[in-house]
Amino acid sequence: MTAALTDLSLQEASARLAARQVSSAELTEACLARIAATDARVGAFLAVSAEVARAQAAEADARIAAGARRGPLDGVPVALKDLFLTKGIATTAASRILEGYVPPYDGTVTARLRAAGAVLLGKLNLDEFAMGSSNENSAFKPCRNPWDLSRTPGGSSGGSAAALAARQCYGTMGTDTGGSIRLPASFCGVVGLRPTYGRVSRYGVVAFASSLDQPGPLGRTVWDAAAMLQAVAGRDEKDLTSATRPVDDYLGGLEGGARGLRVGVPREWFQGGVDAGVEQAVRAALATYEKLGATLVEISLPHTKYGIGAYYLVATAEASSNLARYDGVRFGLRAEEARGLKEMYSETRERGFGAEPKRRIMLGTYALSAGYYDAYYLRAQKVRTLIRRDFDAAFERCDVVAGPVAPSPAFKLGEKVDDPLQMYLADIFTITCNLAALPGLSVPCGQAGGLPVGLQLVGRPFDEAGMLRAARALERELGPAPLPALEA
Amino acid sequence: MPVADFQVVLGLEVHAQLLTKTKIFCGCSTAFGAEPNTHVCPVCLGLPGVLPALNRQVVEAAVRTGLALGCAIRPKSVFARKNYFYPDLPKGYQISQYELPICEGGGLDVEVDGATKRVRLTRIHMEEDAGKNLHDVAADGSSGVDLNRAGVPLLEIVSEPDLRSADEAVEYLKALRAVLITLGVNDGNLEEGSFRCDANVSVMRREATAYGTRAEIKNMNSFRFLRQAIDYEVRRQVELIESGGQVVQETRLFDPSRGETRSMRSKEDAHDYRYFPEPDLPPVLVDEATVARLRQTLPELPRARAARYAAELALPASDAAILVADKAVADFFDATVALAGQGPEAAKKAANWMNGEVARLVNETGLAPAAWKLTPAHLAAVLGMLDRGAINGAAAKAVVEEVFRTGADPAEVVQAKGLAQVSDEGAIEAIVDAVLAGAPAEVERHRSGKKNLTGFFVGQVMKQLKGKGNPAVVNALLEKKLGG
Amino acid sequence: MALSLEEVRRIAQLARLRLSPEEERTFAGQLSAILDHVRQLEELDVSGVEPMTHALAAGEAGALRDDALVPGLAPDEALAAAPAREGTCFKVPRIIE
Ligand SMILES: [Mg+2]
Ligand SMILES: [Zn+2]
Repeated sequence: MTAALTDLSLQEASARLAARQVSSAELTEACLARIAATDARVGAFLAVSAEVARAQAAEADARIAAGARRGPLDGVPVALKDLFLTKGIATTAASRILEGYVPPYDGTVTARLRAAGAVLLGKLNLDEFAMGSSNENSAFKPCRNPWDLSRTPGGSSGGSAAALAARQCYGTMGTDTGGSIRLPASFCGVVGLRPTYGRVSRYGVVAFASSLDQPGPLGRTVWDAAAMLQAVAGRDEKDLTSATRPVDDYLGGLEGGARGLRVGVPREWFQGGVDAGVEQAVRAALATYEKLGATLVEISLPHTKYGIGAYYLVATAEASSNLARYDGVRFGLRAEEARGLKEMYSETRERGFGAEPKRRIMLGTYALSAGYYDAYYLRAQKVRTLIRRDFDAAFERCDVVAGPVAPSPAFKLGEKVDDPLQMYLADIFTITCNLAALPGLSVPCGQAGGLPVGLQLVGRPFDEAGMLRAARALERELGPAPLPALEA
Repeated sequence: MPVADFQVVLGLEVHAQLLTKTKIFCGCSTAFGAEPNTHVCPVCLGLPGVLPALNRQVVEAAVRTGLALGCAIRPKSVFARKNYFYPDLPKGYQISQYELPICEGGGLDVEVDGATKRVRLTRIHMEEDAGKNLHDVAADGSSGVDLNRAGVPLLEIVSEPDLRSADEAVEYLKALRAVLITLGVNDGNLEEGSFRCDANVSVMRREATAYGTRAEIKNMNSFRFLRQAIDYEVRRQVELIESGGQVVQETRLFDPSRGETRSMRSKEDAHDYRYFPEPDLPPVLVDEATVARLRQTLPELPRARAARYAAELALPASDAAILVADKAVADFFDATVALAGQGPEAAKKAANWMNGEVARLVNETGLAPAAWKLTPAHLAAVLGMLDRGAINGAAAKAVVEEVFRTGADPAEVVQAKGLAQVSDEGAIEAIVDAVLAGAPAEVERHRSGKKNLTGFFVGQVMKQLKGKGNPAVVNALLEKKLGG
Repeated sequence: MALSLEEVRRIAQLARLRLSPEEERTFAGQLSAILDHVRQLEELDVSGVEPMTHALAAGEAGALRDDALVPGLAPDEALAAAPAREGTCFKVPRIIE
């Protein structure tokens, strides 16, 4: 056992647990030590639940000793974006308005991971209410990119990607409303999957934009992400927007390769503004697919450029309503000194929300307000249909759409904070997938200027298995993705 | 009198709580009257991360109600969010229906002084109730919020502005209430607020063609208050207009203690609810098979029942109307008639007793049909004894009252109280002779033409018989003895 | 498309946000810029296009909930995170209807 335990993939750690070469307690302590040694610099964790983790590890070790291991995640230390409700463990959405809030219930993803035996190390940093692309909108602290601490890990699930790159845990969960899993995965050089809308329950995940949000896994390898998805996917009676169709076996067909795969390459994803290094890495990945027996098909997604506009109307409208419950009445922050009721509301929300949530609440309230609904919200929802039709047409000719995740690699902290629109444009390639309710993933495909670059794959509805197989084919060919040094 | 120059235009919005076990979007109890916040969960508290899980019973109740009221059932209806801030609204929005409600059209026929009037419905939609704000819960005048009621399922039933008077409004509300109770979807309790009504009130000059600006009046928890509120509001609007003012569209609260309506400050930005389709709930699909199945479950509705009573039992409309207003009472009536030999004759007698003596006892005791000790079998037995002449009317009243209070067997009551009617000619003749012998002067005056003295003799004889004498026999004998 | 300060204040009041004067100015500028970008949607002819208001494909939705009681929270759990309580009620400033 030469390599440090924390360098193992989830798959390797899980195999060693199964073979009883290592205990869950050892893995847990190794992760806690790694967090202690690195997280002051990275800032991936908002809270470390060491006690809970140690207790869960002990239970997992007992099961394993009794030959009753529950599955590949049993005994494996993982962490959750701090948007997932965890009973008895503070859940803040990285917002002052929820600072110190301890939920009385577990969300469905949380419950399913517990049931799978996973060990919960803590809650991960994010942009406040998942609103952002750089994690700089966290009300508590920024998260940094383990590859270059002066750069962002991407957002909004920045902590979920950074914690993996920093080898602080073996798997994480994030949420993806406009690219919030894929962008950080790409910036940090890990695998991140946004499932089809409805594949993973949203119950017990703090809502940002209900028709776009989707929880999904991140891992250091494709197998790791697939194993996490397997544990949480599937119908949930508590979420009527969760799909009833049976869950595929994501691990079984993972090594199926890419022979015969038709890879659609959208013209619009390479036009203008894409960093040369990023384009080079992506083109190389596409060439690799050809080498593996796949065929490249040029396709067009003509409505791509309308994605940002449609997204910022739909997402903010839904957010303005979803964030109305933060009113200081039943939980969270309250402006105590406020005299009247109305003052209490306005003062609480003014103080509790950061600039980005306020900006989006304002935009969304405006888009829904009397006289503007048809021109903004309704039109945007119609544009979604046009964007979905682009993909439907493309999938007549290809099995998966491939291109860059973002126009550039990880950018510098502070680079875009003063220009919201520029920040929004970082999502230009990821956002159409959310609007079309499709699955998308980011898999490491090389580097640009010493920074990781991810290849984005967008698949047919509920074809997560096919996308993971395609991603695994590339990963096997390129070899394990490199990890940043980040000395302890 | 200026009010006479104006036409009153009314539309009612009724909010009816559905009689489901659990709330519309979570498994919490809908029971009324529990300690504050004892029927709550993360969903109805509007905690972060929760999602609504629609209760199938609510959809079925909405469809059955729509079918009963002749509405068109929308195969694909959509929930929407109505956004506003209020402490009793946990999520900061109410999940309701807006552009695509589950039921549209339809209507209800109501009787207003003899004439039948068709009141058209605009729509029926499903929504969640809000919680309750409790005032002055603390010494410092703070308010409290109880969310037990938050998420209780409601049907909002909206009428067209077809009503033209407070009387019409009250009759419409009574008829609608009877339908919902008959369907078993609502308990019709205005006092507890499980059956609530808001009124859209406007007035227009007789010669005018366009409706006036309307005010929405809330908080009328009795038929009387509805009438009061409308009368007050009409007067207020007319005086406003007459004095050169203008009615503003607003929500007004009825204050029962003052009998007045006043503007609601809490509804300041009520004009901009920012409705949009609820993304957390897929469209509600109701296929034809479901509609057909639910149609089969519809009970006989009050008006149909009254019509049947008129056609099959030749029952006067006035009698029928009273019986069908409460399904349980009408069921009691049907059972009694079935046991009392069917047919118009039995029906008329049963109706007279139910709307007469029984109604009197119900008013006196305030007992709901379910709590009556009197059963249809009891009442049928009493009617039978009357027919057979085993007891007379006066005795029957006494028996019904006793049975209503104790549930004892009518025959035994007759026995115990010795109420059996005396028809034995010999016994009665002896008493007749004694009475006549004891009053020679009256007998003389009767002979000389004072025929109205017959009543005096009957009274005397009955007195001797402790009121149990068979009137027919007594009269016949007196006639014979007094010689016509 | 410039958003006036009055408009910003109207929206802030609807959203229950007491913005500072300088926040009002910043938002007026930033929201105007975003709305300008959003204008490009007007290029598209969306007549006859169904809005995608529900992201789950129709065929994927499941059955509704049965009308069966599920244990909820005890009052103390329900009120545990409340900024202020009175008995088992959430306590709020005086409400004037
Ligand atoms: Mg309503
Ligand atoms: Zn509940």
